[in-house]
Amino acid sequence: MPKITYIDQKGISQTFNVENGLTVMEGAVQNNVPGIDADCGGSMACATCHVYVEESWFDKLPVPEDAEKDMIDMAYDPKKNSRLSCQIIVSDEIDGLTVTTPEKQT
Amino acid sequence: MIKTDVVIIGAGPVGLFAVHQLGIKGLKSEIIDNLDKAGGQCIELYPDKPIYDIPAVPECSGKSLTDNLLKQIRPFGSTFHLKERVQEIKDKKGIWVVKTNKNKIFHTPNIIIAGGVGSFEPRKLPLKSLTKFEDKSVFYSVTDKNLFKNKKISIFGGGDSALDWALEFSNYSKVTLIHRREEFRGTPHTLKELEKLKKKGKILIKTPFQIKSVNEGDKLKFVKIENNDEKTENIETDIILGFFGLIMQLGPIAEWGLSMSKKTIEVNTKNFETNKQGIFAIGDICSYPGKLKLILSGFHEAALASVECFKRARPNEKYRFQFTTSSKEIQDRLGIKK
Repeated sequence: MPKITYIDQKGISQTFNVENGLTVMEGAVQNNVPGIDADCGGSMACATCHVYVEESWFDKLPVPEDAEKDMIDMAYDPKKNSRLSCQIIVSDEIDGLTVTTPEKQT
Repeated sequence: MIKTDVVIIGAGPVGLFAVHQLGIKGLKSEIIDNLDKAGGQCIELYPDKPIYDIPAVPECSGKSLTDNLLKQIRPFGSTFHLKERVQEIKDKKGIWVVKTNKNKIFHTPNIIIAGGVGSFEPRKLPLKSLTKFEDKSVFYSVTDKNLFKNKKISIFGGGDSALDWALEFSNYSKVTLIHRREEFRGTPHTLKELEKLKKKGKILIKTPFQIKSVNEGDKLKFVKIENNDEKTENIETDIILGFFGLIMQLGPIAEWGLSMSKKTIEVNTKNFETNKQGIFAIGDICSYPGKLKLILSGFHEAALASVECFKRARPNEKYRFQFTTSSKEIQDRLGIKK
């Protein structure tokens, strides 16, 4: 099972095995990772599962759709490497992915 | 002060159907919602998106679902208190006293919380130093256009609201539009207008920039913006406007002493009452073993909660279960003429 690492703003890092096919958001919610609210449940309507993807990984992920970019505009403190974790689907290709959660989501 | 049988918090689909279930039992309800219209998430987040799992409705949109629910509850004449948020509730000898942020007061034996994920609030700029300027020189919505005349305005955001207000205010103010990336999202007409005004020098556009800081002191003078390469610029500013859509905030509900788990309110599945007698939670905001966040589950929860509301509002009457198909009493309440 691919491993996904979630780092919070204090630098605390947690790594979990996340099943293929789940999203990085679902992996976080299932493992009670703090800082991922995911209010809308993954329908790309709220931007509260916003994460920063480690630079080295950012370009390896499939390019975000326009709708995701529009939604990231609404996120709290978006950066160049911002993504919505509900739109990143876990697969063997992203085994080892590291994301950082923002200071807060709203 | 308004006396009623039930105060419903939240005018989403589940809150609306609660009006129906209470109404057919002869109970009066008042419904309060922070949005300016009924429909909740259905109308605010996905008015045009299709819904396929409403029983006996193969397909509908968030808007049509809302419209039909409103039609269904019209006979009961419930009053809507929109753009209003319940601030506090107090127990006064077995009667709940409900107070809104507009100081409206309700006395009721029953409160049904159908608040979804909370109330919709504008999302704010990620800068703590802006709080003291809020509603003076920092705004997240426009209520009085006159405040924005002959000013230096910095607008943050890249969607419809940001663009529409940038165009409007460029008629009589100096507007800088600041957005985190090059692309704006608006109607083709708006984008064309923006391009025109930019060329004429009527609107200054700064991309890809985000807010970094503002000046010290009590009066807003400038805002410092920064791009991805950490290049900064100071923009002279009297007023900051931010348009980052709406977020859902649980708000004061969290402070009412209700037993909560993960932003949801724990209820029993007999009548969806919370740990406080006479306070019910239904729809997305409630949790119990096996809870599904589906509209249809919320409808079921509304039906069961309404029975207990009846018992509390009419302690001297006996509750009789009746079908709408055959009950003359219900049909009278629905205003059906034969």
